[in-house]
Amino acid sequence: MKGIDLISHAKNTWCPGCGNFAIQHTLKDLLAGMDGEGFPVEKVVLVAGIGQHGKLFDFLSVNGFYSLHGRTIPVATGIRLANPDLRVICVTGDGDSYAEGLDHLVFAAKRNLDITVLVHDNRVYGLTTGQFTPTSPYGFRGHSTPRGDTEHPLNPLELMLASGATFIARGYTGRREDLKRVIREAFLHRGFSFVEILQICATYNDLTDYYNERVYPWPEDDTGDRRAAAEKAAEWDYSADARIGLGVMYRRAAPIFEDGQPVPPPLTPEGREAWVSGIMNERI
Amino acid sequence: MEKGEVSVLIGGKAGEGISSAGQVIAHLLGQLGYRIHMHFDYPSLIKGGHNFAIIRGAEGRIGAVRSRVDLVLALDEETLRVHGQRLGDPGVVVYNSDAARYPAGIGIPIGSILAAEEAPPVMGNSAILGAFVRAAGIEWPVAERVFSKSFRKETARNLRIARRAYEASAERLRIPALGGKPLPAFTGNEAMGIGLVEAGLSVYLSYPMSPTSNLLHFLAGHAGATGIRVLQPEGEIAVFLTALGCAYAGSRAAVGTSGGGFSLMVEALGLAGMAELPAVIVLGQRAGPSTGLATYTAQADLGFAIHAGHGEFPRLVLAPGDAGEARAWIRIAMDLAWKYQLPALFLADRTLCEGMYSMDIAAAKGARAEPVMAGDDVHPYLRYALTDSGISPLRFPPVDGEVIRVNSHAHDTDGITTEDPGVTRAMADKRQRKMLGLRGDIEGMDPVKVAGHPDAATALLCWGSNKGVCEEAGEALGLRVVRPVALWPFPEESFSRAMEGVDHFLGVETNESGQLAGLVRRFGYRASGTVLKYDGRPFMVDELEQELRRVL
Repeated sequence: MKGIDLISHAKNTWCPGCGNFAIQHTLKDLLAGMDGEGFPVEKVVLVAGIGQHGKLFDFLSVNGFYSLHGRTIPVATGIRLANPDLRVICVTGDGDSYAEGLDHLVFAAKRNLDITVLVHDNRVYGLTTGQFTPTSPYGFRGHSTPRGDTEHPLNPLELMLASGATFIARGYTGRREDLKRVIREAFLHRGFSFVEILQICATYNDLTDYYNERVYPWPEDDTGDRRAAAEKAAEWDYSADARIGLGVMYRRAAPIFEDGQPVPPPLTPEGREAWVSGIMNERI
Repeated sequence: MEKGEVSVLIGGKAGEGISSAGQVIAHLLGQLGYRIHMHFDYPSLIKGGHNFAIIRGAEGRIGAVRSRVDLVLALDEETLRVHGQRLGDPGVVVYNSDAARYPAGIGIPIGSILAAEEAPPVMGNSAILGAFVRAAGIEWPVAERVFSKSFRKETARNLRIARRAYEASAERLRIPALGGKPLPAFTGNEAMGIGLVEAGLSVYLSYPMSPTSNLLHFLAGHAGATGIRVLQPEGEIAVFLTALGCAYAGSRAAVGTSGGGFSLMVEALGLAGMAELPAVIVLGQRAGPSTGLATYTAQADLGFAIHAGHGEFPRLVLAPGDAGEARAWIRIAMDLAWKYQLPALFLADRTLCEGMYSMDIAAAKGARAEPVMAGDDVHPYLRYALTDSGISPLRFPPVDGEVIRVNSHAHDTDGITTEDPGVTRAMADKRQRKMLGLRGDIEGMDPVKVAGHPDAATALLCWGSNKGVCEEAGEALGLRVVRPVALWPFPEESFSRAMEGVDHFLGVETNESGQLAGLVRRFGYRASGTVLKYDGRPFMVDELEQELRRVL
């Protein structure tokens, strides 16, 4: 399959220069070419939240569930329960994974649910026209905080490490090849894979120069070392000036949630009747 | 004793096994050929506090208890203090003489019996059961059979304790055996669990909450044998969305909660309506608002169930009246949810969920409604294809060469987001057309029950767990009893037939405002009055009869 076949007929409505284009084309290229790696595109289901990122659901020709704001992960859990052959990718934003639906993110990591979560973190609410989000820097001036945000950002990498995520990476829409590599590895990871994507918002929060001056590749010879991962995660707190590492931060092998929830063979009508009459007899 | 029936009250502290002892009494009465109902009353705490159960046996179908009882079994002094005045004439008291004094009763030294068997205090309920059996004139072999089945752990020791107490007791009356064949007894929660298995449930999800926690426990306990996966996610929001994820990928899912949890699910109820995803929601009502009375009953969520969610979308709301109906109608709820691709609300309450009922063994007969599936020959597959019935045939991912999309936004036939006014309207019309078919199916299912005196010109209008109490009161007072099981879409034609010849009717409900009486007013029926109870307790038969005599 060619990647172009995965672009739907829906009219694209992102702003020119939007960081979402980089993610869309990265996904398109990856999904078109991963059949041989146990990731056939027919078996992919994209679960989208609400925000500019969610429009990927319309723009890509892939099975999908366009869910509610913050609610991609529980839907993904249901899909995996019903059919563990399906490969589920949650595309979410910083508003909908770190604010409205934060509990689901923590629990998916805790369970090691075998899905990939891609967070389009532009650190601003785009769809609602420019308010601060959980990862906006301290002092961020938006429409709802004209005098500057007085909350400090949360650090999603530290949060995921503490929650038990078995694959944690950070990408940047201004580094397409690196982004493609970490998302590919996330897809191939067995277990909960989390990719925090620094995405520029061309209209409300264009941090292109800021990121370009600070990003650097993490060394990846120590991704199994939790302490090293914690240091990498703490290096930049999403507010104060620091170098911003990119790449796979942490990974480890662990049993997945689905291992404990195998799909049992369905009861036959006779089996069902036998169970019912058994329970009736028990109660007489 | 009332003719042809018997009532037993057992009371003690929370943690003393009052509920399980009550169930054993229910099974004993079942063995004697009685149909039973058990009402279990407990405050929201784990140890201590006062728990009691009233178990009533009768020849006919019952679903309520009386306030008067024939036997009081008291594990503590509190039981005698609170319930002594319930005792009928001749009444029998069996009590723990190590904890209370009641000279006219049969004192059983439970402490000494347990000490002799080196048994923990929780086994005191086996002693009171043994003493009850003797006092009620039940043959020991009958009791031994029931006890052996019921005492799952430490069966031998429990039997010895029961036997010692039996020896220490004395026969004061003889509960007559009836000719009837023994029937199994189940709580409403268990009956819904059985019905869900019969409905082909694949995944059950719930965040623990009274009064449906025991449905969660029941299905979890039978998960291995039934092939149902039972999960407890991080909250009700996740519970319901996970069920919708299952539906998208083709698995039948159900969730259970109470009003507070359902409030959280409402966010995704509209998603189920818009994306056209089937799921069954068991809404076990309890007394609200807010946390309310966590372990007590109410029927105050009818309006909420019918109207929950922003925007307009089709849904099904059913309210069974007892365990047998709960079992039969939850299967219908699941089948119709899948046929019409919509959320089905199954409205129970604490009385039904945790009350115990004799249940007929045979499952309800009748054709099953099937989901409408798209054939392999349809290309391209359109998840929201426009049809006359409004039902778009289903397929589940993965399908080679097809993209299957469901969407919370307004969408086109392919599931792609739209803001086009024409498409928006066509899709809204399509969803509403499903309501026509659904209403037709419901009308064919005998959705409005008539009982009591079917030709009487004065009627009681009730719903849900007030079935039993209203039917008995109607029978006694010469009233017709009209009870819709299907509440939305409202079965107008069946209701109109059920009300033919009715001059005036009273709404009997366990809420503050008469919610069903308010609902039928929308269809032109005006109640002449209401009899309402909203103190967390169900109506008792004598209480309702007395109230009706006063107002009629």
